[in-house]
Order: sequence, then structure tokens, then C-alpha cells
Amino acid sequence: MARKAIVDRRKCAYCGACVAVCPADANELVETFLEIYDDRCTGCGICVKMCPMGALAMVEVE
Amino acid sequence: MYDVVVVGAGPAGSMAAKTAAEQGLNVLLVEKRQEIGTPVRCAEGISRESIEKFFEVDKKWIAAEVTGAKIYAPDKTEIVMSEEMAGNEVGYVLERKIFDRHVARLAAKAGAEVYVKTAMVDFERKDGKVKLKLRRLGEEWEVETKILIGADGVESKIGRKAGIIKTLKLNEVESCAQYLMAGLDIDENYTYFYLGREIAPGGYAWIFPKGNGSANVGIGVLPKMAEKTAKEYLDAFIEKEGIEGKIVEFVAGAVPVYGEIETAVTDNIMLAGDAAYHADPITGGGIANALSAGYYAGKVAAEAVQKNDFSASFLRRYDELWKNDFGKKLKRNKKLQLKFIDMDDALLNKLAGAIAGKNLREMSVAAIVKELLKAHPKLLWDLKDLF
Repeated sequence: MARKAIVDRRKCAYCGACVAVCPADANELVETFLEIYDDRCTGCGICVKMCPMGALAMVEVE
Repeated sequence: MYDVVVVGAGPAGSMAAKTAAEQGLNVLLVEKRQEIGTPVRCAEGISRESIEKFFEVDKKWIAAEVTGAKIYAPDKTEIVMSEEMAGNEVGYVLERKIFDRHVARLAAKAGAEVYVKTAMVDFERKDGKVKLKLRRLGEEWEVETKILIGADGVESKIGRKAGIIKTLKLNEVESCAQYLMAGLDIDENYTYFYLGREIAPGGYAWIFPKGNGSANVGIGVLPKMAEKTAKEYLDAFIEKEGIEGKIVEFVAGAVPVYGEIETAVTDNIMLAGDAAYHADPITGGGIANALSAGYYAGKVAAEAVQKNDFSASFLRRYDELWKNDFGKKLKRNKKLQLKFIDMDDALLNKLAGAIAGKNLREMSVAAIVKELLKAHPKLLWDLKDLF
């Protein structure tokens, strides 16, 4: 089990705030949507604290 | 091969492209969004002086002119700053959607190529130049350039990959949310700032008029201190203040409050604007510094092409220029910001009470701090040499 960030695309404002603080470069604002690369996400939760919208959450994954 | 590729068509990037193209360079300006200037991620305020330094003001991209600012302490103590001569506007609230396009168009007019809906996927420095991989509508291709200017915003891929900047920590960035509200009943001659840990921990809330009863109503909070999201703080602020209006637009974003970085360059690469954390750490204002930085980057790019020297040591001329212009202020205001975020609401009320009613004729952070230093020298002892 590991913690990973997930994005609720219906809440996301595509602002890139989470990209600016991700220490693992796991988040990317691709053209106009947010992509989270699971293989890079370390589950630190920093992006969840940063998100102005509350669009990010940490989940347990296999 | 291009002389300069600029990534990001905000104020910093378009200004850099415009300046470099005006110097006769072969320039490409790339913007990943399909529309320049949107979403704005910005409160759109700028001082009159900062904009008039570079542009002939055109009413088309001015949403409102303001003559002063009102700052509110948590207990609603009011500090009013306004120019001595009534009617003499000291600041503008821009219509960035139009302004950003205007600057990009000027870059194009000067000869720069402009690609929108085009993302920079990757880049690599090799054999004294930079190879970039671009992508548009799913199609990828490569271009080469002597100089790469990263104006790709607070989330700068270029700055991080090139190792110029460090990722922001949660006490070095503001998490922001903003509504454009219509149907407001406000005095449109002022911008409004609301301070306090309860309202906006580590930041502030603002109302910047945009004409015809509309305004940017927004908030920035320091995630390190915040207990809920910026949007939740914004909604709470609007309810508490009893601000009545219709929300007609909504934006979010991050504003760097880092202070001065040591260098904004490496071999073949310069960063400008939010990508170089050029936003002011106390006000969060970023347009003025972005325009200046873009201008200097374009100038230095032209010198570098002329000398055929793209080394970091040559590009450090750009560091010198932006640091001499606003680097000291970034450093000073970072110290002030650290002091400010330590202040609880009781102290903010006390400080505001000490200077409320004073005639602050100059609309600047320095003017406030100077008054505060007169009123409470001991509380701000460590700032006395900075102002």
C-alpha cells in the first residue's frame, strides 16, 4: 500500500499551483489539464495543502 | 535555428520576445494555452509608473484607474493612502485578457513568430545550443535555438529542469482564488486590502475594481498557515464582509513569495517573471517586474547573439540588470513578509491604529512601513535599516 495524489478534474481550476510545489515533479499542467504521474508521486501530500480548490486528495493504492 | 525561443506568452515572455525581435533577432514565442491572457491567475493591479515605462496606455486594456488604496486591519481600522492631487490616478487595474494579447501582438509585429496551443515537451542543452521538443495538436517536432527564455510561470518546467530554481516550499508561495464579481456597490477610486490571520493567514484578501460595478475579489493564503482551501477562505471573506454581487468569472493560482533568487540564468537559458520568482513577496504583484525582466532578457539576448556568447557568465548581465532594478526590493520585501506573517491579529490592529488617520500620500509599501517605524520603532526594530 502506498499513498498517491489524485485529482478531481471537475474541481480542478487548471491553475498549476500544485505543479509549482511538487518536490517530485509528479504533477504537470499539460496544455490545459492536470496530469499526475503515479510513478513519480511520493505521496507527500504537499500538493493537497497547496490546491486553492480542494481538488486534490491522497488515496491509498495497491 | 532560432536566436531565441521564449516559452510562455505572459507579460514577461511577450516582452522578452518583443524586445529581442526589435533588436533584429530571429525569435519564436510559444504559448501552451490556446488563448493568450486566459485564465489570468492575477488580480491585475499595477502602478501607473510601471506600465507607462513600457507602453503608451490604451484604454482598451485598462479596466479601471484608481487614485488610492484602503487597507483594513482585522478590527476594521482603516488606513487610507491616496495621492495628494485628487483625480491623479496612481494605479491601473488591467484587463489582462486584452493586455497580454496586445503585448504578444507587439512581439509579432516586431517580427517574432508566435505559436499558440503549443507546449514545450522537453529540452536539452547540447553543443552550445538548446534543442526543444514542441507539441501542437498532438504533433511533436524539434527546434533549435541559441537562447531559451523561460517565462513559463510559477510552475516553470524550464527553471526546474535546468536547475536554476528550487521547488517552492509551502511557506514560499501563496495559494490564491479570485472571483470577478459584478453588480457591486463600491467606491471604484480605490483598491482594498484586508489583513488578518483569520481572514487570510499569511496573505490578504483584496478587492480591485474593474469598472461598471465589477471587481476582482480575491484572496491569497500561505498554505503553511492555512487550515482550509483558498476558495473556502474567499467564500468566508465575502460572507463576512457582506459583499453582494454576482460571480461572473473564477480563477485560481499560485503566487511565489520567495524573495530574490541568486541567479536566473544558466548556460543558454534565462528565466523571467514568475518563473524566476520575480513577484513581490509582500504585495504579490508580478506584472511590473515581469515586464522589466522580459525587457532585460530580450536586451541581453541581443548582446549575447552579437558576441556569440551564450555562457552563464555572459548571461549574468541579465542578473545584474534585473537585480539592480528590483532585486533589492524583492529581498527587502521578503524580510518584511516574514515579519508580517508572524504578526497576530491583535498586533496588526495595534499597528494599524497607530497610523490610521495619517495622511499617506504615497501609495507604497515603504510609505506604510516608514509611518509604522515612527509610531512603533521597537516592534519593527530589525526593519529600520531597510526602509
